[in-house]
Order: sequence, then structure tokens, then C-alpha cells
Amino acid sequence: MSAFIAVFLREMLILRRRLKRQISGMAVSPLLYMLTFGYALGGHLEIDGRSYLEFLTPGLIAMGSMTQAFSIAADINVARFYFHIFEEIQAAPVSALAYVLGEICAGLIRVLAATLVVIALGFLFGVGLNYNFYFWLAVALNGFVFAALGVALALLVKSHADQSLLTNFIITPMAFLGGTFFPLDSLPLWAQHILTLLPLTHAAKLIRAAALGEAPAPTSFFCLGAAALLFLVLAVFTVKLARD
Amino acid sequence: MMIQLEGLVKTYGRIKALDGLSLTVEEGELFAFLGPNGAGKTTAIRILNGLTAMTSGRAVINGFDLTKDSLAVKRLCGLAAQHVNLDGELSVRENLEIHGRLFGLARARRRARMEELLAYVEMGDRADSLVKTLSGGLKRRLMIARALLHEPKLLFLDEPTVGLDPAIRRRIWGLIKKVRQDGVTVFLTTHYIEEAEFLAGRVAFIHQGALVTEGVPGEISARLGAWAVDRFGDSEMKSLYFGDRESANRHIQDNNGEFSLRRVNLEDAFLNLTGKKVA
Repeated sequence: MSAFIAVFLREMLILRRRLKRQISGMAVSPLLYMLTFGYALGGHLEIDGRSYLEFLTPGLIAMGSMTQAFSIAADINVARFYFHIFEEIQAAPVSALAYVLGEICAGLIRVLAATLVVIALGFLFGVGLNYNFYFWLAVALNGFVFAALGVALALLVKSHADQSLLTNFIITPMAFLGGTFFPLDSLPLWAQHILTLLPLTHAAKLIRAAALGEAPAPTSFFCLGAAALLFLVLAVFTVKLARD
Repeated sequence: MMIQLEGLVKTYGRIKALDGLSLTVEEGELFAFLGPNGAGKTTAIRILNGLTAMTSGRAVINGFDLTKDSLAVKRLCGLAAQHVNLDGELSVRENLEIHGRLFGLARARRRARMEELLAYVEMGDRADSLVKTLSGGLKRRLMIARALLHEPKLLFLDEPTVGLDPAIRRRIWGLIKKVRQDGVTVFLTTHYIEEAEFLAGRVAFIHQGALVTEGVPGEISARLGAWAVDRFGDSEMKSLYFGDRESANRHIQDNNGEFSLRRVNLEDAFLNLTGKKVA
């Protein structure tokens, strides 16, 4: 428990020092998406009887929680390759699970901050949604999935350049294809089937359904839960493999 | 016995970083591992601290097998790595706090040790400074303090004074001596001859991943002689060794050329055994 707190506390101390910069950074992308896609392009667009901004905002929350959770990978990467801080943890009597859970919880705090930023921006654009228990559960599960994936990939890569490549090949396509900006049922059936393999598709579905006051699909909760467990095991495994 | 290594091998592809390294270190010793860059010193320390997996061999630390009881071994050891691996964005106190928690120190003990060690390395006035604002020497002192926080029985210092100016280096040496006097076994790697000679009770030479020789620094040097005469030729310098000063002086008087007379040191012994210089 002490080691888990140490890992989490370290991330929180660093986050506290960077908080102003981080919050501004978290606001830039969603603000631009709301302005361009929601306000300028989709101002007169309606999806299932709701304004496009109402459709877009939960998608941006799903996307923001994914990118913020996954961004711990870049910090772990820098700490590992440039500042060698990961060695301090490797040399301590810390279990792989304690380390991974500490990093994931730190990722979840970022997810919470990013979600609150998008909610606040939504209010500015006149979007009021339901932020109920299922909404927060889906956000937390989404954060857990991508934080665990972030830890695993950060420890698998061999350089900082590899890390950027992974972000480009995994996170960016998912951000655009995971149901953030458009309803997936407008795509051909085969494409919909493929996209249901992406965790973000389920997260966007759940977050949007809960935020719009609809019943969230239990299968999507199951899929996100399974992905969370799978990536947690993978992350623990990669920590154990991280010795050279 | 604090450290027992038997046939330690580490390979990276076709490269053998360690080639059957065997050695022992007794409890309470200040043991120096001397060798040039790339000799395998850091690889050995990384293996003993769980940062690198050994390819084959056996390592036992204070009775615990490193492979079977790695967490127990880690609790016994403190490591000040060759490169500064402090959290620059955290303060001195925060770095120590995190380390204490990583090693499971209870709050009261952690706080008490932090104050003790900040005083020990004379950094009490910098406790709330961000680490990125510290000088190289202060960072080194903090790394030693951090490595000692959880009261390890064995302290690993990997090139603790590399890149520091002579005055700060001497200050770090004083600190290392103090640690040794407090009963902690110290395993030090260095490629500075004078560092090994000044600090170590026992020295081992490592070259191309294998142990070349080991013993008390003075005794290793004495195997060659007591005095060295360096002769500066056209393109290289050659050294001859003599048992006493009179013989060395007689050689200088009997021969033409540019000579200098000095005491035999560990560098001579290393050069004689491996054909290579340490630094």
C-alpha cells in the first residue's frame, strides 16, 4: 500500500506544479472542436432530435478522458529514458501491481480534471447534460483502460520516438473513429463491426447514453471492463519485463 | 558475508558485459570496483539492484538469493546510481518522502530519517528547494542521502564523483567515509585511481567483464614495487618499477633521457595486468 501511495503521490506532486499548464492544455482541443465542428460546421445539424453540440460534448469527454489517461505513457517514458527515475522504483521493493495501480490512479485524476474542463466548456456553449452515476462509471472505466494501456506501452517501447509512433497509430485513429464526432450507425455494417473492437467506441456509447439520459448498454460496460482487466494484466507483465 | 557472486554472466546479443564474475564482499567493508568505462562495473551494480536481469550465475546478498528473494534483497540495499535520477520537479524533501514511502517507512520514522539525513549531508537549508535548482555536488549528496534513508545494510555507489570538481569530490569522499564508519557496507565503482586508493579497504580490478585481481590497494601496488620511473620517449611513456627509491634513482642516473620518479599506484598495477589504463 505504501508503495502504491508513493507512486501516486509522486505523480500528484508533479501534477500540482503543472496544474495551470495542464488545465489550459486540456481545454484547447475540446474548445477548438466545439467551435469548429459543433458551432460553425454543425450549428444547424441535428442527430436523433438533439443539437450536434449535445451529441459532440459526450464524445469529447470520451476522447479527452482517453487522451489524458494515455498521456501518462509519455510521462513514464520521459521519466524512464531521460531522467532514469523509473530505476528508483525498480530498485525499491515495489510490486509491479502497486506501481501500475499508482500510475493508473494518477491517470484517473487527470481524467477527472479533463472531464470537468469539457463539462465547463459545454456549459459555456449552452450544453446541459446528465452527469449521473453511469456517466462517471463509464468515464472512470475508460480512463482505467487507457491508463493501463499507457503504462503497458510505455514500458514496452525502447525509445521516446517509438512512444510518439504508438500514439499516432493507436490513439489518434481511435479518437476519430471511436464514435466521438459522428454516429457509427451511419457507417457500413462491416465498418461498425470492426469499430466495436475499439474500447473508445464502447466508452463513447456509454458516456453519450448516460449523459443524454438514456439507458447505457450493459454489453459495452462488459467490454470496457474486460479491456480494463486485460490491459491491467498486460501492464503488470510489462513492468516485470522492463529490466534490460 | 554481505555479497557473494558466483560466475555472473550478462550478455547483450553477442556482447558479454559480464563474463563469469565471481567475488565476495565482507560485511562492513568499503569495497571498490575499479575498471575503465565499459568494463562491466555498472552492469554488475545494476544486476545486484534488480535493474538488469543476469544471464546466468548466482548472487547472494546477506544470505538472500537475488533471483529467489529479490524484494528482500532490495530492502537491504541502497543505490546511488551513476546518473542523477532524482525528480527535478520535486523538492529535496519530496524526493526523500517518496523514497521513504517506496521502501515502506512508517510516517514518524520517515520524517525522523529525513531530518537526520538532511543534517548528515548538510542540506537542511535546501530541504524545500526544487532539485532542478541544485548544483551537481548537491545532487550527488542528495542521492547518497536518499540511498541511506531506509537504513540499508549495503550501499551501492556507482561512480559517485564522476564529473564533479576536485573540491566537491573530496567532500563526497568524506561523506562516504562517514557512511562506512557508521557500519554500512559500501560497494563502490570508480575509474578514479585516487578515489579507490583513498576510500577502499579492498579493491577489485574488472576488465572486459571479468575479475582481474583483488586485494588491499597498497598490497596490489606493492606487487610491482614501491617506486616507478616514467621515461618519456619519442611517442610514448614507459614505466619501470623498483623496490626502493635508491634503485630507482640509480636507474635515472645511469641512463640518458627525460625521467620522472613517483610512487607506484593502482593505475600501474591495472596497466601491468591488463595492458590498459583505467581512466
